[in-house]
Amino acid sequence: MKREQYVKLPFEAVVAQHGATVWRVVRAVVGHADADDAWSDTFLAALKAYPQLPADANVEAWLVTIAHRKAIDITRAASRRAVPAADTPDSPARERADAHDLDLDAAVGALPPKQRQAVAYHYLAGLPYSEIAAILDSSVAAARRAAADGIATLRRTYPRIDTPRKHHDHA
Amino acid sequence: MTTHDFIEHFPVDPDDLRRLHARLEREAQVGGLLDIAYRTVDSAVGPLLLAATPQGLLRVAFASEGHDLVLQDLAQRISPRMLEAPTRLDTIARQLDEYFTGSRHSFDIALDWSLSHGFRRRVLGRLATDITYGTYASYAKLARLSGSPRAVRAVGTACATNPIPIVVPCHRVIRSDGTMGSYRGGPTAKRALLDLEHDR
Repeated sequence: MKREQYVKLPFEAVVAQHGATVWRVVRAVVGHADADDAWSDTFLAALKAYPQLPADANVEAWLVTIAHRKAIDITRAASRRAVPAADTPDSPARERADAHDLDLDAAVGALPPKQRQAVAYHYLAGLPYSEIAAILDSSVAAARRAAADGIATLRRTYPRIDTPRKHHDHA
Repeated sequence: MTTHDFIEHFPVDPDDLRRLHARLEREAQVGGLLDIAYRTVDSAVGPLLLAATPQGLLRVAFASEGHDLVLQDLAQRISPRMLEAPTRLDTIARQLDEYFTGSRHSFDIALDWSLSHGFRRRVLGRLATDITYGTYASYAKLARLSGSPRAVRAVGTACATNPIPIVVPCHRVIRSDGTMGSYRGGPTAKRALLDLEHDR
């Protein structure tokens, strides 16, 4: 009867509590251009399934699991419609981009998918490697290694990663 | 490297979240997934929570009831598929505005009676149709209108637990001795609504 201690919050509270985290995760996993679609698909699917979610479930892990699947769908759809395009030249925007750091996007986007996912789910969503292993359908050790390899690469490709960004407000 | 360090590199713009929320409201509505839409409006009797299903207006709540508690109750009794999504409440919000400025004397919107059952539902249905703007009814009269003249106490309970106050006008029901009787929004709110209707 332990479950009766838990109450299921209105879905609005789920969006308020986890919307920003899911936004960070999908920006890292699918990139800025597809992040809106990934966030929307995730919360729409979550809203649909919410009444069936056990009241004592880990909501953040559940949302990240849905986001993971939606990101895969979006990436597949994008690769189907992809057409060869000229390389985007470096632009002055690179200097002023703050909320949307193009160097960071490029560095994270260049990671192999498993590493990118493991980094996002651990370092942005704060999930333990046991949860990440379930999402990635891998062993706990493999999930931990993927995140460690990803962070090691980012330290090389995006050295500012170790510099705290103190010049803007964050929650 | 801590979680916090890396999160700092992914600042979130509140405007992005607002844009995404608005899109979620639209897509949930179109997809038939928005079981309850709600918003709050300011009024002469304080902030009012308005909640509606696709069938109609489900709940009007006074601040004194605790809006968060009311929302939590709706999540458990009706459905947790709820979003703060003002669009569905546009019509009732406008009609309430007109009511509080005195230009509207009756409400023309669909109601969802899911929170009322049996005799209480019958009492409130009578109240909504028979006790018009600017008039009073005693609990005894409403009991007669509801077909159970002796159920005066039950009528009192029905009014005290009215889930759609103001629109279903339980404020117009007073004691036979002329005193006001209790009200979900408190005696001050009841007085204010009666004064509003009698000043015009």
